[in-house]
Amino acid sequence: MKTNLTLPEMTVEIDREHGLHLLHQMLRIRRFEEKSAELYTQQKIRGFLHLYIGEEAVAVGVMENLDPDDNVLATYREHGQALARGVSMGAVMAEMYGKQEGCARGRGGSMHLFDKETRFFGGNAIVGGHLPLAVGMALADKMRGDNRVTCIFFGDGAVAEGEFHEALNLSALWDLPVLFVCENNRYGMGTALELSHSVTDLAAKAAAYGMAAASVNGMDVLAMHAAAREAVTAIRHGGSPWFIEARTYRFRAHSMFDAELYREKTEVEEWKGLDPIQSLIRTLKERDLITDDDINQLELMVGIEVDEGVRFAEDGTWEPVEDLERFVYWEEAVA
Amino acid sequence: MITKTKPNNLLVTPGVETYTLTYREAVREAMREAMLRDERVFLMGEDVGNYGGCFAVSMGMLEEFGPMRVRDTPLSESGFTGAGIGAALNGMRPIVEVMTCNFSLLAMDQIVNNAATILHMSGGLFNVPLVIRTATGGGKQLAAQHSHSWEGWYAHVPGLKVIAPATVEDARCMLWTALEDPNPVMIFENSLLYNLKGEIPVDPQPIDIDKARIRRYGDDISIITFGRSLFKVLDAAEILAEEGIECEVIDLRSLRPLDDETYIDSVVKTNRALVVDEGWKSVGISAEISARIMEQAFYDLDMPVERVCGVEVPIPYAKHMEEASLPQVEDIAAAVRRMVDHG
Repeated sequence: MKTNLTLPEMTVEIDREHGLHLLHQMLRIRRFEEKSAELYTQQKIRGFLHLYIGEEAVAVGVMENLDPDDNVLATYREHGQALARGVSMGAVMAEMYGKQEGCARGRGGSMHLFDKETRFFGGNAIVGGHLPLAVGMALADKMRGDNRVTCIFFGDGAVAEGEFHEALNLSALWDLPVLFVCENNRYGMGTALELSHSVTDLAAKAAAYGMAAASVNGMDVLAMHAAAREAVTAIRHGGSPWFIEARTYRFRAHSMFDAELYREKTEVEEWKGLDPIQSLIRTLKERDLITDDDINQLELMVGIEVDEGVRFAEDGTWEPVEDLERFVYWEEAVA
Repeated sequence: MITKTKPNNLLVTPGVETYTLTYREAVREAMREAMLRDERVFLMGEDVGNYGGCFAVSMGMLEEFGPMRVRDTPLSESGFTGAGIGAALNGMRPIVEVMTCNFSLLAMDQIVNNAATILHMSGGLFNVPLVIRTATGGGKQLAAQHSHSWEGWYAHVPGLKVIAPATVEDARCMLWTALEDPNPVMIFENSLLYNLKGEIPVDPQPIDIDKARIRRYGDDISIITFGRSLFKVLDAAEILAEEGIECEVIDLRSLRPLDDETYIDSVVKTNRALVVDEGWKSVGISAEISARIMEQAFYDLDMPVERVCGVEVPIPYAKHMEEASLPQVEDIAAAVRRMVDHG
């Protein structure tokens, strides 16, 4: 069993095609979210909007290793996971507009993206509350003999919740195929890791439950990809849970209402120097795998996809108010 | 204690061949039948396996079905209730046993924020076919952390179904229907009913989980109740019958949804309504029933709706104090006499 493994950074082998693919996925999330922030200021998107900018390497690096039939659960900061998982940009944007063409018919909004086809189980906004769900989903697969992995994303804040400890204990006790991905962005909303945890080594807490646990540079998509590949392979073959702590940072405020009084601008700037997209571009260029033309090409594609997503949301329709009381209980016709 | 009253309408399908068993055995038989019929069904909870269940409900099931399907859990109410929700989302039909509903409050986040909301938040994509069984009620001198009735809190929540089987037949036959329901269903079993003996059909059939039942017919007053209080009300009705007062006794059976039609029709007939609930009055089930009667049958009432409920105090340990805190047969009879004399 590995505990507190720190993988070497930026030394992972990579070819041009894979490099371009990872870059494309990260750019999709970045540009989508930049557009979302803009639309928020135009009041097209309301409620809470939690941006993932700066953390793209985590979702992209992990998701590439999952099969289409695996289960994915995420937090309320989950646009990145949804897009990386393959939920369409239009369906996500329409959801944030509150339109019925959204991936949850506009009933969920930014914090509650769901998709059946990609087995994307939210968009969960009670911190730590989705960890037990992941345990149960993996238990169901194990009982049926289905060789699925359940991958759950959560933040450093969730690690202080009782449900984190209950879920890790259960998954290790019952040998369940769960990949726990802790996105440690150093703040639970505005409270720093050091102010929340007596022990700030989060992987050590997972290791205490007897599971393989690794800390990974979450600003490095290649490191994330390699660590997740190792974890997913081990889970699929051995069935036992793994924990990856992705050390990352969000460049934007917690939500659109956050004045960011709790952290220094210099700290934010330092982390921006570790931008996962710029880091990957630098690595790929150093290895002569891509050119500026490639990047321009990707930006062009992403720009078109974002524009089409916005158009889809703009063209979407409002659910009739007469339908207000639907989806409280199961309707066969909806299935 | 359960009295020896022989109420007159405790079987849903009277006239069929029956046999006698306890409420505890009825729940166990219902779970066994479900496990035998559907391999997606499994039981999970604290001490359900090796111990045989805190109330011995699942005794012998570990031996019969094995540790994969009868799962002892750690003391992690939120963790294993959430795991039940996750398993239900992923195609299983779990029965989660929460030892008492007092401990279910540790899982309230899972039940209220996840089980009750996921179908809606996902725009109808993902449902949670989960059954949670939990013991409720006071009367065993277990004081304020093991005696309360929390069914009213859960019945407040859209997205949940909440049922309270009082009779042995309901304990035997409502579980299968609950398991077949595509929504999360909470079953509140009053722990003082586990030793109750009753008749059930030799060939029990699944029965509805959303309709109230008239357990005794009468013209003078409607008494609306559920769970263990049903038997106290029936005892009171027996005493009152000897005095010439005929009570109509309605067993709600389902607390969400409420079957308005059955008790409103009764009130329209009798023109008087008394609600009996072990739970507290304030913002509780009795308050809701009373409000609905006012909304739907105000002009049929001869007098205000009255309530006999748990006294608004955390349930005390000392026997005489605990008894004083819960509705008793004499409290119910006295309220009825007062109301009927008045009218």
